[in-house]
Amino acid sequence: MSDKVKSKLTRKFPGVSRRSVLKSAAVGATAIGAGPLMFNIAKAASETIRIGFPVPLTGPYGSEAQEQARCAQIAVDQFNAGGGLGGRMAELLVRDDKLKPGEAATRTLELIEKDKVHFVCGSLSASVQLSVNAVTKARGIIYVSISQSDAINEAKDFSKYTFHEAMNPHMTAGAVGRYAFPKFGKRVAFLIADYAYGHEMVRGFKQAGEAHGIEVVAEVTHPLASKDFSPFLPQIQAARPDVLCLCNFGYDQMNSLKQATGFGMKQQMQVLAPALLYNQRRAGGAGAYEGVIGGANYHWTLENSVASAKAFNDAYRKENEGAPPSDYGAYGYAGVGALLDGVKKAGTTDSDPVIAALEELKYDKYKGTQYYRKCDHQSVQSVFIIESKSKKDMANEYDVFDIVHTDEASEDVLRSCAELGHEA
Amino acid sequence: MIGGFPIELLALQLFTGLALGSVFVLLAVGLSLIFGLLTVVNFAHGAFYMLGAYAGVFFIGYLGNFWLTLAVVPFAVGAVGLGVERWLVRPLYGRGIDYPLMLTFGLAYILVEVVRILFGAEGMPFDAPDALMGAVNIGVGYFPAYRLFVIAATAVLVVALWLFLEKTSYGLVIRAGARDSEIVRVLGIDISLVWLVVFGLGTAVAGLAGVLSAPMRSVFPDMGTTVLVEAFVVTVVGGMGSLAGAVVAGLLVGVVVSMTSLFAPAMAEVSMFALMALVLLVRPQGLFGKKGLMG
Amino acid sequence: MTLANPQEELKGSGRRLAGVVALMARHRVLAVLGFLLVFPFLLPYEALAVNILIYGLFALGFNLVFGYMGVLSFGHAAFFGLGSYATGIVIVHYGMHWFPAILVGAVAAGLGAAVIGALAIRTRGIYFAMVTLALSQCVYYLVYQLEDLSGGENGLRGVDVYDLGLPGLELTLLDPLTKYYFVFVFVALAVWLFSRILASPFGAVLEALRENEDRARACGTNVALSKWLAFVISGLFCGLAGSLNAIHLTIVPIESLHYHTSGLAVMMSLLGGMGTFFGPFVGALTFLVLEDVITLVTVHWQLFVGALFVFFILFLPRGIWGSFLRWASR
Repeated sequence: MSDKVKSKLTRKFPGVSRRSVLKSAAVGATAIGAGPLMFNIAKAASETIRIGFPVPLTGPYGSEAQEQARCAQIAVDQFNAGGGLGGRMAELLVRDDKLKPGEAATRTLELIEKDKVHFVCGSLSASVQLSVNAVTKARGIIYVSISQSDAINEAKDFSKYTFHEAMNPHMTAGAVGRYAFPKFGKRVAFLIADYAYGHEMVRGFKQAGEAHGIEVVAEVTHPLASKDFSPFLPQIQAARPDVLCLCNFGYDQMNSLKQATGFGMKQQMQVLAPALLYNQRRAGGAGAYEGVIGGANYHWTLENSVASAKAFNDAYRKENEGAPPSDYGAYGYAGVGALLDGVKKAGTTDSDPVIAALEELKYDKYKGTQYYRKCDHQSVQSVFIIESKSKKDMANEYDVFDIVHTDEASEDVLRSCAELGHEA
Repeated sequence: MIGGFPIELLALQLFTGLALGSVFVLLAVGLSLIFGLLTVVNFAHGAFYMLGAYAGVFFIGYLGNFWLTLAVVPFAVGAVGLGVERWLVRPLYGRGIDYPLMLTFGLAYILVEVVRILFGAEGMPFDAPDALMGAVNIGVGYFPAYRLFVIAATAVLVVALWLFLEKTSYGLVIRAGARDSEIVRVLGIDISLVWLVVFGLGTAVAGLAGVLSAPMRSVFPDMGTTVLVEAFVVTVVGGMGSLAGAVVAGLLVGVVVSMTSLFAPAMAEVSMFALMALVLLVRPQGLFGKKGLMG
Repeated sequence: MTLANPQEELKGSGRRLAGVVALMARHRVLAVLGFLLVFPFLLPYEALAVNILIYGLFALGFNLVFGYMGVLSFGHAAFFGLGSYATGIVIVHYGMHWFPAILVGAVAAGLGAAVIGALAIRTRGIYFAMVTLALSQCVYYLVYQLEDLSGGENGLRGVDVYDLGLPGLELTLLDPLTKYYFVFVFVALAVWLFSRILASPFGAVLEALRENEDRARACGTNVALSKWLAFVISGLFCGLAGSLNAIHLTIVPIESLHYHTSGLAVMMSLLGGMGTFFGPFVGALTFLVLEDVITLVTVHWQLFVGALFVFFILFLPRGIWGSFLRWASR
C-alpha cells in the first residue's frame, strides 16, 4: 500500500521543489527546451543524495547529538571521497529535533517536503525515533534509527523502510546480565525509570537471568527525569541485593548513581548500568562511576584489537584535535555509513532496491561485522561489557572504561521474530 | 511490619522524606521571599539555582576550597539578581502581576542558554568535600553525611533569614514595605532600594540552594527546570510569601513524596501536584498565606 | 491590560491605514481567511504552515480567557493535549472515522475544561495560574500512566488518517497542500464561530469582566457562570487545535500535555497581542517562523526566543498586532 502511495506522491511531486523550479526557471530555456520528462531524468542522474539527520542538537543531550552529526559527516565525506554513487555526491542535512517527538515529526516533514531528502537517519530517544519512523514509513522513505528502543523492532511500529542501527535495550541488558549474574550473585534489585525503555531493560535482564536462577528482591520504579532519588534508595538497601541494575538513562543514571554512592550502596552491592555512556561518565566524574559495569556499543580503546575501530578513530581524531569519538557518535557514523554502502550496492537511491541491498549487506564500520536481521531490520552486532575506571587508573582524560568482555554478535540474543509479531 | 514493610524501613523512609523536605525548603525560600515582599513571581528562580551550581563549579576551580566557594557563590548570584531587578523587573512595577512573571519566564531561557554557551551542554562534575563523603549510621539505617549537612545548613539559613526580617531594623523596613509601600515612601525611605535588596537576597538564596545541591544532583544547564516547579508547589502550598509556610510545606511535600515513592511509586511525581491542587481548593491562600494577597 | 479590541480598532478611521484596519476589523473573519488561503505559498514548506494554523487556533482559544477575560491560565496544555489524545485514541484503538474523531477530541477537551474550570474559577489572580498549572500537570501524569491507551512516554503512534474517503474526491493527506487545506477548513469554521461569540452579548460580558469584575457583578452578571462558560468554550477551541495536530503529525507526543505547551500559548498571544482578534495568528506566525529560521542558523535558538520575549514585555507589551493597531489609529 505504501508503494502505491509513494508512486502517487512522486507523480504529484516529481522530486522538484518550488524553489528549485524557480531556480531552474532562472536558468532559462535549456530546461524548458529539454522538456519536463528529460529534465527529470537528467536531474535524477546527477542529483545529490540527500540524507536528513534529525538529532537533538539542543537540550540535555546536545553534546551527544553534535557528536552523532560530526561522525555522520565523516561517513558522508568518505563516501564522496570514494567517488560517490557513480559521481553522485551525498549531502547530510542536520536538523534539530529538540528531543521532542512533535518537533521531530515536523522536522522530518520539512526534510521530506522542502529538502526532498532520499533517506533519513538519526534521533537520540525512543519516543523521537518512533515519531520520525511514523512519518517516514507512511511516505516510503528509508529511516535508519540510531538510538535505543525495543518498540521499533515490533511489528506494530516496524515497516520495511525501518532500520535499527543502534543496539536495543533487550540485547544490552541481556549481555550485561549474562556477564554479571554468575560473577556477583543471584539477589537482584532493579531501579527503573518509569517509561518503556526502562521496562524494556528489566525484561532483558530477567530473561538473561532465568538461566542463572536469579531472585528479584526489589523492583523500584522512579519517574522519568527525577532529580532526587533518595526516596527510592532505602527500599533497595533494605532488600540487601548482591546486584543493583540501574534501568535508566543519561542524567537519571548519573544522578541515581551519584546519590547511591552517597548512601554508601556501592560498598554493599555491584552496580550494573546497561547503557553506560562515555559522555555521561565524563560529565559525572570518575568517583561516582568507579567500578560500575555496563554495556556499550563502542569504546575507543577497541582500536587495540579491531582494525575498523582504529580507522574510524583516526578519521575522527584528524578532525577533532586528537580526541577519540564517543559511543553515540559511532552510531551516527555506522548508520549513515551502512546506508551509503547499501546505496552503492543497489546503484540507485530508490527505496526498494536499497532495502534489498541493505538486507543482504555485511558491513564492518567500526566494531566488527554487523548485518541487519531480515525480519525486523535490527542490526546484529557485538555488545561490549565495560567497567568504569577509578581516577588513578586513567592514562588520560579519555581513558574512562576497560572493555572486560565481548558479547559476540548473534541473533540468539535478540527477541525472536515471532515474539516481535513478525511472520516467520 | 506495616503495609508489608518493616518498621525500620518506614522510619528511614520518613527521615528521608524530611531530609528531602529540607531541600525543598531551601529551594522555595528564595522564591517565597521575592513573592511575599515584591509580589513578583520569579519564573527564573530555577535558572538562578542553576547559576548557583555553575558559579560553584567556576569558583571551586579558582579557590580550590568548598567552604570558601559556599561563601562566595551567593554574592555572585545575588549580584546578577540585582542587575536583573534594576534593569528588567523595575520598569514593570505597577503593570500587573503577569508582566514580571512572563518576563522572568523569558529570562530563564536566556540564562540557561548563556550557561550552555559558556560551559557546554553536557554538564560538570562537582563532588562533596572529602569530610562529608560517605554514609553515617543514624540508628535506622545509613544516610549520606552530605545530606545531613544540607539539613543543618538549611536550618541555619532559615533561622538567619527569620532573625534578619523580624529582629533587625532593615527587616522592619522590608516588612513595612511589603505591607504598604506608600507609607514607607512617605517616611522618607527609598522603597526601590528596598526592593532591589530583597530581589538580590532572594536570588542569592536560590544560588546558595544551587551550589548546595550540586554534589547531590548533577550540574547541567537544564537542572533548574524541574526545580522551579517543585519550588512553586512548596511556595503555593505554604502560602506565597510566608517563611514559616515554606518550611512547613517543604517538609510536608518531602514526606508525601517519600511515602508515595514507597507505597505507590507510579504516583510519586503526581502526588506533589495533587497535594497542591487539594490545598488550593480548600484554602486558596495556602496553609500560612494571608487572605486577600493578590486577590 | 487595556488592549485594542474590535471596537477600538474602529476608532480614529481618519487616515487611510486606519481605514484599512477598520475594514479588516469589520470583516475580520474574511481578512483572516483570505490571508490564510494563500498562506502556504509564502512559506518554505507546508508543514510549517499547518503548524501555524494549529497553534494559531490554540492561541486564539487561549486568548478568550487570557486576552478577552483577562485571566492568566497556565493549564491550557491540558485541553490541547486532551483533544489530541481523544482523537488519536478513538482512531487508533476504536477505528473511528476521522470526522467524528475530531469532534470527540474537541468535546473531550471541553469536558476537561468544564472540570478544571469548575475547580479553578474559585481562585483569583496569580492563584488561578497556579491551580490551572497544577491540575493540568495532574492530567499529564494521568495520561502518562495510562500507557495501554496513550502509549506513555513513547507517545501514541498510528493516527494514520491519509485517505479522506470523501465521495467523488480522491484526496490524501500525504499531499502536503491537501493537508493544509484540510486543516484550513476546520480552522476557518472555528475562526468564524469565535467571531460570532465575541460579537454576541456574551462577548460583551467577557470584556466587562476584564475591565471590572465587581461592576459586572453589580450589573447583574452571573460572574462565576460566565467565567466558567468562557473557560469551557476556550477549552473546546484548544481541543480542536489538538485534534488537528494529532491528524497532522499522525502521532500524539506526551509533550502536548506538558506545561511548556501552555507557555507556548502565552508566548504566542503576548507576541501577537493579547485581546486582539488577529493577535494569536500573528503571534503563532512570528514565533514559529522565527524559531524555524533561527534553528537552522544556530543551536542557541533559545537565547533568541528568550530575548525576544523579554523585549516584548519591556517595550511592546501590546504585541505586534496590538502595537500596529495603536500606531495605525493614532
